Amino acid sequence: MNSEALHYHFDVDGASFANAGRASVETKKLLRQIGVSPDVIRRISVAMYEGEINMVIHAHGGDADVYITEDTILITLKDVGPGIRNVEDAMKEGFSTAPENIRALGFGAGMGLPNMKRYSDDMHIDTKVGVGTSIELWYHLK
Amino acid sequence: MKISEVAEILNAVVLTGGDKLDYDIESACGSDMMSDVLAYVKDQGVLLTGLMNVQVIRTLLMMDMNCVVFVRGKIPAEGIVEFAEENGVVVLQTKLPMFEACGRLYAAGLGHACEEMAVADEQ
Ligand SMILES: Nc1ncnc2c1ncn2[C@@H]1O[C@H](COP(=O)(O)OP(=O)(O)OP(=O)(O)O)[C@@H](O)[C@H]1O
Ligand SMILES: [Mg+2]
Repeated sequence: MNSEALHYHFDVDGASFANAGRASVETKKLLRQIGVSPDVIRRISVAMYEGEINMVIHAHGGDADVYITEDTILITLKDVGPGIRNVEDAMKEGFSTAPENIRALGFGAGMGLPNMKRYSDDMHIDTKVGVGTSIELWYHLK
Repeated sequence: MKISEVAEILNAVVLTGGDKLDYDIESACGSDMMSDVLAYVKDQGVLLTGLMNVQVIRTLLMMDMNCVVFVRGKIPAEGIVEFAEENGVVVLQTKLPMFEACGRLYAAGLGHACEEMAVADEQ
């Protein structure tokens, strides 16, 4: 991303499930103010929200960053959690390692990563067990 | 269907958003799993759920949905209704269980907001 990109940073608090999703709600408001089209905003919102929740429930929180240029929006989600052992499995609808207490909170259907893929133009996952996970969600506006 | 009709059919109490009862709802979806809602819900739906946390409201906001029905007469934890109010989401509460609440709305002609799980995906 070049230096003319608008950049917003959010600390995603891994200690509090109640805060999970805040960064995505804030981002949605920002994108509305900037005048991004509602379709694109919806796609970004859903994908980022899933990624943000994943950071909280699977990885003790992390950093969410939003970079906006005239023709591209990039969302990065970075954590130093446990990493994803098998990305191919994790990408399958219905695959989840979430324990019962997470399912009781309404998450753990194994739909998050597939949703992120569905609701982004490009998605890159960089993950290493014991090191962490970085996900890029790309949106091409033109 | 207007939100006011949804409330009437479900004998629901309006916990917040009483000024938005004439909004139109085109479809509904019942789920306790938020990622399922995020995967399949279409426009202008109402969500029926037995889940009671603030992520329900955030999920609605992400989807541009503006009404949630809490089923089984559960009382949402503190802060949830306030958060919904701040964000313009209508919150209804019904004593009916999920199955019956969904059934009544379906019988009254409300379409489904969730896309049909495409069996084709499996092929
Ligand atoms: N940031 C992450 N760090 C470590 N593991 C992750 C991370 N994100 C996802 N995973 C792993 O990938 C699996 C699948 O993720 P996905 O988001 O698709 O489903 P889920 O979070 O388990 O359930 P849902 O998203 O439906 O609530 C998770 O169960 C978890 O094992
Ligand atoms: Mg997830």
